[in-house]
Amino acid sequence: MILDGKVPAGPIEKKWEEHRFNLKLVNPANKRKHTVIVVGTGLAGASASASLAELGYNVLTFCFHDSPRRAHSIAAQGGINAAKNYQNDGDSVHRLFYDTVKGGDFRAREANVHRLAEVSVNIIDQCVAQGVPFAREYGGVLANRSFGGAQVSRTFYARGQTGQQLLIGAYQALSRAVSSGKVKLHTKHEMLDLVIINGQARGIITRDLDTGKIERFAADAVCLATGGYSTVFFLSTNAKNCNVTATYRAYKRGAYFANPCYTQIHPTCIPQSGDHQSKLTLMSESLRNDGRVWVPNKVGDKRGPHEIPDNERDYYLERKYPSFGNLAPRDISSRAAKELCDAGKGVGPGGFGVYLDFRDAIKRDGRSTIEAKYGNLFSIYHEITGEDAYQVPMRIYPAPHYTMGGLWVDYNLMSNIPGLFVLGEANFSDHGANRLGASALMQGLADGYFIIPYTIGGYIAGTKRETVDTQHAAFADAEKSVTGQMEKLIAVRGKRSVDDFHRQLGKLMWNKCGMGRTATGLQELLKEIPKIRDEFWTNVNVTGSAGTFNQTLERAGRVADYLEFAEMMALDALERNESCGGHFREEFQEEGEAKRDDEKFRHVTAWEYKGVGEKPAQHIEPLEFENVKLAVRSYK
Amino acid sequence: MKVTLKVWKQNGKNGQGELKSYESPDVSPDCSFLEMLDLVNNDLESKNQEPIGFDSDCREGICGTCGMVINGVAHGPGHGTATCQLYMRQFKDGDVLTLEPWRATAFPVIKDLVVDRSAFDRIIQAGGYISVGTGAAPDGNAIPVPKENADLAMDAAACIGCGACVASCKNASAMLFVSAKVSHLALLPQGEPERERRVIAMVEQMDKEGFGACTNEGECEAACPKQISISNIARLNREYWRAKLLEQPVRVEKGG
Repeated sequence: MILDGKVPAGPIEKKWEEHRFNLKLVNPANKRKHTVIVVGTGLAGASASASLAELGYNVLTFCFHDSPRRAHSIAAQGGINAAKNYQNDGDSVHRLFYDTVKGGDFRAREANVHRLAEVSVNIIDQCVAQGVPFAREYGGVLANRSFGGAQVSRTFYARGQTGQQLLIGAYQALSRAVSSGKVKLHTKHEMLDLVIINGQARGIITRDLDTGKIERFAADAVCLATGGYSTVFFLSTNAKNCNVTATYRAYKRGAYFANPCYTQIHPTCIPQSGDHQSKLTLMSESLRNDGRVWVPNKVGDKRGPHEIPDNERDYYLERKYPSFGNLAPRDISSRAAKELCDAGKGVGPGGFGVYLDFRDAIKRDGRSTIEAKYGNLFSIYHEITGEDAYQVPMRIYPAPHYTMGGLWVDYNLMSNIPGLFVLGEANFSDHGANRLGASALMQGLADGYFIIPYTIGGYIAGTKRETVDTQHAAFADAEKSVTGQMEKLIAVRGKRSVDDFHRQLGKLMWNKCGMGRTATGLQELLKEIPKIRDEFWTNVNVTGSAGTFNQTLERAGRVADYLEFAEMMALDALERNESCGGHFREEFQEEGEAKRDDEKFRHVTAWEYKGVGEKPAQHIEPLEFENVKLAVRSYK
Repeated sequence: MKVTLKVWKQNGKNGQGELKSYESPDVSPDCSFLEMLDLVNNDLESKNQEPIGFDSDCREGICGTCGMVINGVAHGPGHGTATCQLYMRQFKDGDVLTLEPWRATAFPVIKDLVVDRSAFDRIIQAGGYISVGTGAAPDGNAIPVPKENADLAMDAAACIGCGACVASCKNASAMLFVSAKVSHLALLPQGEPERERRVIAMVEQMDKEGFGACTNEGECEAACPKQISISNIARLNREYWRAKLLEQPVRVEKGG
């Protein structure tokens, strides 16, 4: 089936303005008669909840954390982009739009990206008014920096904690809405199913993580803002509890999942130190401004870094990409590191690491300058590895970080299920095949503050819905399937732990569907995943019971979903016979660089669930590029 | 290396708690403290025993989810770090570690080392925000903020809401947490219009939740993973009394 993104007609600069005018409005007095469910309290969910409540809707907000402020948006370090052009350096809405479309390797929907660039300026204003303590100049105005290889300084930041400060801003706006009574907040509630009545999303089933109680909630519309799926790899920069469950269960109820193979691997993370490890830690990309990346020339060189003279070192990014050098984009730097480690030149225990060396920068600028710029990062590195990066080079290695794929949505951020909206990282729409630095925060807040408040009104005013409550048979059915699955998990009483299965799956996904992918590898993967899944359902050990606090059961449900989701991800990677952005198929390259096939794959692939182990149905949304000319991304 | 754990086990806030002993498996000194607990739990599960309940999420010291008292110290031996930022190399082979939940009336135990910190959310809901609706904001550069104030506001806003300040205080006072938010917003011109009502409402809610008073021990600052300064508490006190002085007297309609 060909999917319609419902992009409004007209010139790109006018689409959003005209669309807002054409959307139906809900009478202010009638808004209080409508209820909206928002799942997730990260940047997208918290900002949506607050904004919808301010409009007058009754909002039911859910998160599985003990407080909305703990959502993983909090961990974003670098910054947030906005086309303010405060630096007078040539930035504009059109340039941010252009950079984002090109950075996404021409796999995003133009109209969505343009709207994102337009509202980026409002986001900064909103956050400043809320009291977000952005960095400032001595004159009191906002400071900017350039980030992620951008040629203009459009990134706003709050030290290395921009995500934290933006989330606290949204959390405070949400808290205000809770105190006004317009938001009813449900913490420690995990969404386990979506309820559909007459083809429309009308509610959710949740489990109270403190008591095990299963509850039903009904509404006029449901918004999912539940983040990405990087933890399919087990080890990633994401928080331990991040998971795909909410979006995957919506997928199982009929929502299409788009481009699951688009995953972003961040080049500068601290390498894994052993099998005990539960997560990977990101070191800010800014380190590459002064650090030089290298590996020994010789395969299996076991000498310490100081014993290797310069002429026996390979500064491979400087060698391969002389004009960008150590600042080559994320996907390109990550692949280069993998290639050399696979060739046996990696450093550190296990050989999966490359050096990020500050020797020359310290010699040039002095230790105190380097300390002033990166002191906190050097101390994080020391805390985790026990090594002093002023004395020995850092060791870094790429790690899964962000997922561009997600539930398919149209221009209104509505999925193919009427009444089911998807915001932030959970949807697929704005980053194409590769996300640029400092764009995730921008998209989460754009969706929540400035897009959903308009488009949800259009849906509520423009559709007929029958009056339903949680006694409807569809709620009972969904609840039954949730409790049935939990009982089944507990009844297995096998020998292997949940984490053990998750690690096994993660390792396999990383090796065969990570930075480099091949048809052979993916075909093997598609054979292996069902075997792990079968073993999971006969040999997993979930202690305790369902009707009580049970962290093992929480994890088991999430891993069960990953064991199905991974198959769709591998299939998507196999079917996309091209390389683009974060999706690198080794068969499709030109002189070591990604080779797109615009003729055959200039489209979004969205998958429709057909049953566990069954091949999902494939739907296509063609992508038109009318404002940015298709070109090869070259950084040589 | 191996350690012996004495862990507080408790079911629900009214449950009878007790310390229970566990032996860790042999772990690498590069293993994080929480990863060591993961391994202990895996061991327990394989023996069909109940795992230890503990909370964590980002595991890089920013979300504020984790937290426990290790040998009497909130967040354990590190300075300026949360529990998730501890590594086994900070302990010795054969150490005996006592792990307890945050202990405070306002933080009832949910399970073992997991406590209910929703009191913090209610304090923020009482007034820890600036009332500005979406869309009502002027241009970001319309109100200049002196860099010094922006930096001080950021120092205070770095709070992660973990609750270590409460757990380390003999009075179970939440003054460091409340003062960090009051300072953050009082230092910025955007926070000015609600300055007085905010501090009064937040302090009232803090008292209602059952947190204790501050007696200037400074334990909170020492335990804080973000090293929030107790000078914020001094600012909170000033803000509170200033607000009280400025409070409009109740107008009496008829004289006696």
